[in-house]
Amino acid sequence: MAAGLMAGFGHYTHAIVRGIPASLASEALRSIQAEVDVTKARREHDAYVHALRTTLGLQVVELPADETMPDCVFVEDAAVVCGDTALITRPGAESRRRETEAMKAALKELNLNVVEMTDESATLDGGDVLFTGREFFVGLSKRTNQRGAEILADAFKDYAVSTVPVMEGLHLKSFCSMGGPGLIIIGSSEPAQKALKIMQQMSDHRYDKLTVPDDLAANCIYMNLSNKGHVLLHCTPEEFPESAKMFEKLKDHMLIPLSNMEKVKVDGALTCCSVLLNKKADN
Amino acid sequence: MTTEAGSETEVKENAEEKSAARLDQSKKATEKTQEVVEEGEAEKEKEGKGITRYLPTWFKKQKSQSQTSPTKEDPPTEEPVSKVNQEEAHVPEVNGHAEEVEEKEQVKEKESESHSNASADTEPAGEEKVEESAQKSLESTEETQEVAEKEEDKKEVEKDRRQGQTSIFQSPLRLVRKNKMKLVVCHVTLLDGSDFTCEVEKRAKGLFLFFKVCEHLNLLEKDYFGLTYKDHHEQKCWLDPTKEIKRQIRSNNWQFAFNVKFYPPDPSLLSEDITRYLLCLQLREDVASGRLPCSFVTHALLGSYTLQAEIGDYEPDQPRPLDYINQLTFAPNQSKEMEEKILELHKSHKGMTPAQADCQFLENAKKLSMYGVDLHHAKDCEGVDIMLGVCANGLLVYKDRLRINRFAWPKILKISYKRNNFYIKIRPGETEQFESTVGFKLQNHRSAKRLWKVCVENHSFFRLNAPEQPPKARFLTLGSKFRYSGRTQNQTRMASTLIDRPAPAFERTSSKRISRSLDGAPMISITDTSREAENGHEPHLELHSDSKSPGRVRGDNIYVRHSKLMLEDHDKTQDEVLKHQASVSELKRSFMEASPPSPPQLNLWEKHLTSSPATATRVQQQTVVLEEEAAGTADNCDAKEPSKTTEVEIEETVVVQEISKAAKPAEALQTWEGQVQGGAGLEKKRESISSESESDEEAEYHPNVSLSIRHAQIPEEKEEEEEEQERKELSASSSPVEFNQAAAAVEDEGKDCAEEEKKEVGAEEPMKTPDKAPNGMTPHEEVMCVTTEEEELPKVNGEDSVVEARSQVICCSEPPVVKTEMVTISDTFAAQKSEIATKEVPIVHTETKTITYEAAQLDGSGDGEPGVLMTAQTITSESLCTTTTTHITKTLKGGLSETRIEKRIVITGDCDIDHDQALAQAIKEAKEQHPDMSVTRVVVHKETELAEEDD
Repeated sequence: MAAGLMAGFGHYTHAIVRGIPASLASEALRSIQAEVDVTKARREHDAYVHALRTTLGLQVVELPADETMPDCVFVEDAAVVCGDTALITRPGAESRRRETEAMKAALKELNLNVVEMTDESATLDGGDVLFTGREFFVGLSKRTNQRGAEILADAFKDYAVSTVPVMEGLHLKSFCSMGGPGLIIIGSSEPAQKALKIMQQMSDHRYDKLTVPDDLAANCIYMNLSNKGHVLLHCTPEEFPESAKMFEKLKDHMLIPLSNMEKVKVDGALTCCSVLLNKKADN
Repeated sequence: MTTEAGSETEVKENAEEKSAARLDQSKKATEKTQEVVEEGEAEKEKEGKGITRYLPTWFKKQKSQSQTSPTKEDPPTEEPVSKVNQEEAHVPEVNGHAEEVEEKEQVKEKESESHSNASADTEPAGEEKVEESAQKSLESTEETQEVAEKEEDKKEVEKDRRQGQTSIFQSPLRLVRKNKMKLVVCHVTLLDGSDFTCEVEKRAKGLFLFFKVCEHLNLLEKDYFGLTYKDHHEQKCWLDPTKEIKRQIRSNNWQFAFNVKFYPPDPSLLSEDITRYLLCLQLREDVASGRLPCSFVTHALLGSYTLQAEIGDYEPDQPRPLDYINQLTFAPNQSKEMEEKILELHKSHKGMTPAQADCQFLENAKKLSMYGVDLHHAKDCEGVDIMLGVCANGLLVYKDRLRINRFAWPKILKISYKRNNFYIKIRPGETEQFESTVGFKLQNHRSAKRLWKVCVENHSFFRLNAPEQPPKARFLTLGSKFRYSGRTQNQTRMASTLIDRPAPAFERTSSKRISRSLDGAPMISITDTSREAENGHEPHLELHSDSKSPGRVRGDNIYVRHSKLMLEDHDKTQDEVLKHQASVSELKRSFMEASPPSPPQLNLWEKHLTSSPATATRVQQQTVVLEEEAAGTADNCDAKEPSKTTEVEIEETVVVQEISKAAKPAEALQTWEGQVQGGAGLEKKRESISSESESDEEAEYHPNVSLSIRHAQIPEEKEEEEEEQERKELSASSSPVEFNQAAAAVEDEGKDCAEEEKKEVGAEEPMKTPDKAPNGMTPHEEVMCVTTEEEELPKVNGEDSVVEARSQVICCSEPPVVKTEMVTISDTFAAQKSEIATKEVPIVHTETKTITYEAAQLDGSGDGEPGVLMTAQTITSESLCTTTTTHITKTLKGGLSETRIEKRIVITGDCDIDHDQALAQAIKEAKEQHPDMSVTRVVVHKETELAEEDD
């Protein structure tokens, strides 16, 4: 029997990732000037993919890096997948628009119902899209505009789509993410807290929150896997010692710390580096 | 629709006489008439003699049912209506008249036989015909009737009919005046697309027609539904049950549609499959028309459940179902691909009963973000097109498909409209000091009013425990009295638990609306047995299982959270606590009046009950009675099913509205019966005075100020911020345990002892200066009372009779005040941007009049000796649109303490009201409330807004 509507939040079978081009070091977009060590970044990324594939047993689709697309490792921005529908975005940064091509092909390959954002006035980065299992929040940021959010709402008609202004940081998910069904992990900065308030006000649902001292540490990957239960991939104690401690409160979660020290220099967070999807036999 | 035992016999007699007459008539009748009559006759013969002959089949069904059939249920819903209704007075007359008629009837029997035959007979026949096949065109019947009406002696006809109807539809008839008995034919489009035609008297109220439809559908859980009509502008409007149909439809187009009005957030909590089935039909239509948007997969899933419910298991041998599936509409843009997906999913539902398929359908549909959201076009201050969505949880603001703001009911202090503007006043956030008002522009004032009404109704239905009493029965209420008049969700759930009938058989008619191509397909008729079998248990059991459903559990959690909040806050809000402690008069009032909108005391009481089964039983019985007596008494229903309501009950207690209520249980236990009955009859509940000027021009509604549960009622919705705010407000009214006890204590000692009462207050609250008191008030209150600028009535509630030394001048004759209101026009990102404040100074033409009534004795006792002021306090309590400011002073003079209560009541509303009567009522109430005090002075200050003629 078909799964009911809005069931199975965090159930994933597949992950799409992409390699790191050497051009990342010098050409990838970043909000703060920083030296990036590509080798270290690749090592981090390998650990990340290893966790998805080996530790968690997901089918990982690895797209090859493209030197002409320095930011291509951050696949999250190129597509939003929910259920069996995938929305190919129109990234806010002009230089990143072509990243969607490989993503579209991969998603079609996986037999998803692919919807494209063709409207030239629309921009949307996947990093601005927070899906809670019951609804979407779309950050209106430097990269994402109202029109982009509207198209997303059109693509996922079952769900409420609310907009949240992103005052600081690159993306909405630069300071928050889901830590479980109904659990929002949120940074403690003022803009982050403000955004949370707005999300709570806009929602018909009630969310618990886990506040972590560092905004960047609030970006985690939550999964609910059949053989592992609740899983949370989060920052390491080396990076954010205080925040890492907070995750220990999540007693039911299998906690997997992942280092993200290099990618963060080019505004890459944990969620940025993969697109997760659920491909069951019946879909 | 209700049969009264007494009148039934009357009818029977007549029916027999008439039936004799009819045999003759049918021979003589005109061809057209005869056709119809014969059809009717045939049917009648099958069904036997006497009254049944006169009843449409649906009515017979009712009759054969157990006690809790709708027949029995009608009165409660109706009671308040008829109370509100000034025509109430006519009711006995109508009955009396009916008897008279009966006598005449016997005399005139032959006469009528000879010349009123056509009309007298075709009518019932016509009705049965409708019953027999709703699809058949009724034109012939109508025609006949019209002809009859014209040709025959009208008086005769009317008498005939009146008699029949008076007895048969006893209670709804109350809604009908006696003198004009012209009948009109109403066409109601039902959810399955079929037409239901029935006759109502021209002056019948909406409720009458609605009940007729519900009876036809055999629907008991009717509170989720309503009738709509199209106004001049082709806008769909809800038919107000309390008003005459004729006055609402205007264009003399008696065409209606039966629709879901309040979408239950959790359809699994509905008691009967038939209710769920009807909800499914509505949702299928909503989905197919695109009103309820959903994704491809969801369309397919919902469509597959529809197939399962309507045609049963997928049969591989059947001719390719694709042949008919493409004639069914599941989605606005239905593709071949979708149809295939639907069929594929349909296969997977094998073995599912229709009722189960409906449940699955609803379980999925209810999760859709637009489920139950009623959208209205509007513009924000910048003229940007937006949509306002009213739903169970509050008001949603959409721009295109995006939700850009949301105002949960607990956040909204006031809802109003003025001309084509619609305003909501928002509770200040934790960081803000003042409430803000958000305004929206609607197309015209008509749409503003419609939106306002929908808000009032949705708020009442989903957030209140019991509806506010419509203002009419009170004193000095002006304005159009629009309030939600039906039962609230809570009440209807409670009432549903009383449903004790075998699951009614109903036919799933393969959605005529969707397509008629399935007419040849096997009909699935669910019988009692099949239903019981499929559920594996009986309906009662189901109810119990309901109580364990997750929703309830959540409620429980909420309770815990809130009780914590309450305790935490206790210290901080002393002022507010005190304020409420001081509202003794209100407390008392609520003791004296069995006020329907006062769930909590009952709930507290319930706790006692749960421990004593015997009492519980008693209550249960009582409840049934009450149900019939007063619809407003939700609380009664609460008592019915302790197991189910336990959590809710606690929530309510925690949420604590008015202390007075919380304190009531002690007494409630003692005088339960009398109290409730008296209360229902006397209509004394002043706290729910609401003025809602529904003057087409403007109106307001204060969702959060009134007395019932609300905040905790919809658990999912607790938002942190809100909670905090709520906490502030609630704790104000909650003044936790001690006061309740105190109040109860007072009550025990002697409720009528005003003196005592006040001491109690004094003790509770050592020193409270008048200056301090305003802190306890919520700031918006003052604004509110004046903004509607229509009428003020100061009222001296009562004075201590023991010592009457100082005369306090209670004078409310202030100059007319025109308050300016801060209006923040919402912009697209109201939630996000800082608000732009604009000031609107309404221009109001007013007329002011001040009248003072003084008791003679007062002059003597004058201001002689000043005495020592012990305490003075001012309490402002606000209920809906009425603000009551109570000023209590205690002075000590020569060892005697004197307590003086000044009450200032501001009522707003529009102008058709008998002021003298209202005043008399007010004084009477005051006396009743404080029997041992005397009213010494009454000042009426009337300020009337000069009528602006506007639609």
